[in-house]
Order: sequence, then C-alpha cells, then structure tokens
Amino acid sequence: MSLRATHRDAGPVIVVDLSGRIILGEGSALLRKTVRGLLDEQHNKIILNLGDVDYIDSSGIGELVSAYTGVKNRGGDLKLLNLTKKVRDLIQLTKLYTVFEVFTDEASAVASFQ
Amino acid sequence: MTIDPKHLEITLETQVESVNLAEEMCLKVAEAAGFGEDDCYKIGMSVREGVINAFHYGNQERPEKKIHLAVDITTEKMVIHVLDEGKGFSLANVPDPLAEENLLSTSGRGIFLMRAFMDEFDVLPGRTGGAEIVMAKKLPLPGDPGTNGQNSQSASPQQGA
Repeated sequence: MSLRATHRDAGPVIVVDLSGRIILGEGSALLRKTVRGLLDEQHNKIILNLGDVDYIDSSGIGELVSAYTGVKNRGGDLKLLNLTKKVRDLIQLTKLYTVFEVFTDEASAVASFQ
Repeated sequence: MTIDPKHLEITLETQVESVNLAEEMCLKVAEAAGFGEDDCYKIGMSVREGVINAFHYGNQERPEKKIHLAVDITTEKMVIHVLDEGKGFSLANVPDPLAEENLLSTSGRGIFLMRAFMDEFDVLPGRTGGAEIVMAKKLPLPGDPGTNGQNSQSASPQQGA
C-alpha cells in the first residue's frame, strides 16, 4: 500500500495524517514533499500522525529524521503521534525514541507545543 | 529465474522497483516454508534492506549493474544471498547508527536492521567483485504456530551499522 498524506490545522499546530508504508521511493518522497511544503508555508510546528502507518524501512526512518532536523533548523519542532507496534518497535530498536517526542493522544501532542 | 521448492535465483535490475519485487518474492518463500507473521516481517524487511544496500551503496544506482538474489531453504533455515556489482565493503568500516553522533543521520541503518532481524548475518567478498550479503533465519519448529522470532539477536543486535 503506497503512502497517503493529508494535513489539517489543530490550533497553532499542523497534524499530518499518514497512512500506508514509508519506504524507499514514493513513500519517502511524499513525506519529504509534504514537510517541505509545510515549511515553505511557514508552518514549523508539526505532528506526524502515524496511526495508519504499518511499515517503515530504513529509508523511511531516514526521511523521518530528515523531516525532524529540517523542522528543527527552521526553529520549530516535529513530534510523532499514534505509533503502531511495528513502528514503535523500530523507533526503539534504532534508539530514535531519544530523538523524537512520541504521543499516544492528539490533545497531549498539540498541548506540548504550548 | 530458476525456481524449485528449495532454491530460487533471480537477477534484478538496479532500480527501486527491484526492492519491492525481492521483498514480495522472499515473503512468498518464507510463508511457504512455514514462517509466522512476525518472522515474515523480519525476513521481508531484511531482504528490502539487503537489496536497498546493493541498489544504493553497492551498484551506486547505476542501471547497467545487476543485483543477484538467491534464496535457499535447507532443513534448518532460510538462507538469503544478495550480491551486488560494486566495490565491496567491510563491516568493520560501517558506522554504528546507535552512536550518539549518528542518531540524526538520515542513512546507515540497513545493515543494523538486517543484523537485528536475522539469526545469521555476514558480508563476504563477491565472487566477481562487489559485496555478498548472506543472512539466514532458522525455520520454525514443527507445531510452532507463530512467531519463531524470539531469538536473542532480535533484541540485542551485536553491532550497529
């Protein structure tokens, strides 16, 4: 299943709802394009909702890290929401839980920006 | 392509689509061999990472080069070979992606994931140059309905890369 991405306002924060696989090729490219588009529109408080993302490979992990550093470099923050078990295990295995703030409910994630 | 119940070989083009093709083929073999969902996920991911490594690092994304994939089912394990046509590399020179200074790297986690997800993993010099990744997963025990994936290396990979 290819990746799909939509975004919506949640107060001062943009929530990007992702579904599918973040993998080498179109999936990683779509995530990159989405985050770059938001930064171009001066949005630098971003939550990636990964509730419907059931698979990420090393390219997808790299793209998440790239999105994180890109947003940080613009003075903002990027946080993760609703990790599936496979994605959570991967984030733990790669030690990226020390990098990303991860939330299990959207209200808390949004509130963390204030 | 050659197929028999115990051995499969295919030569793949150096293109992104080969990654998905290799994953799908190996997943079919793994399912037929009796691996459960968790192990199939780990095998599929490892094949992806092996072919991504060959595509990107080994063959430098050059379309005239090929990726050679072979899968063997022995009495004990599923063995996967991924051979590229690059210059080869040594595991000792692969940076540890868990090191503090590498955590924000946007690449370099593929080898680490293969080591974590498979029971055996090594990189050998290819017969015609390049690097040959050889990795294996033990077959599920008879009557094991599920994961067969609780090996110690899954929880604690020996070395990051």
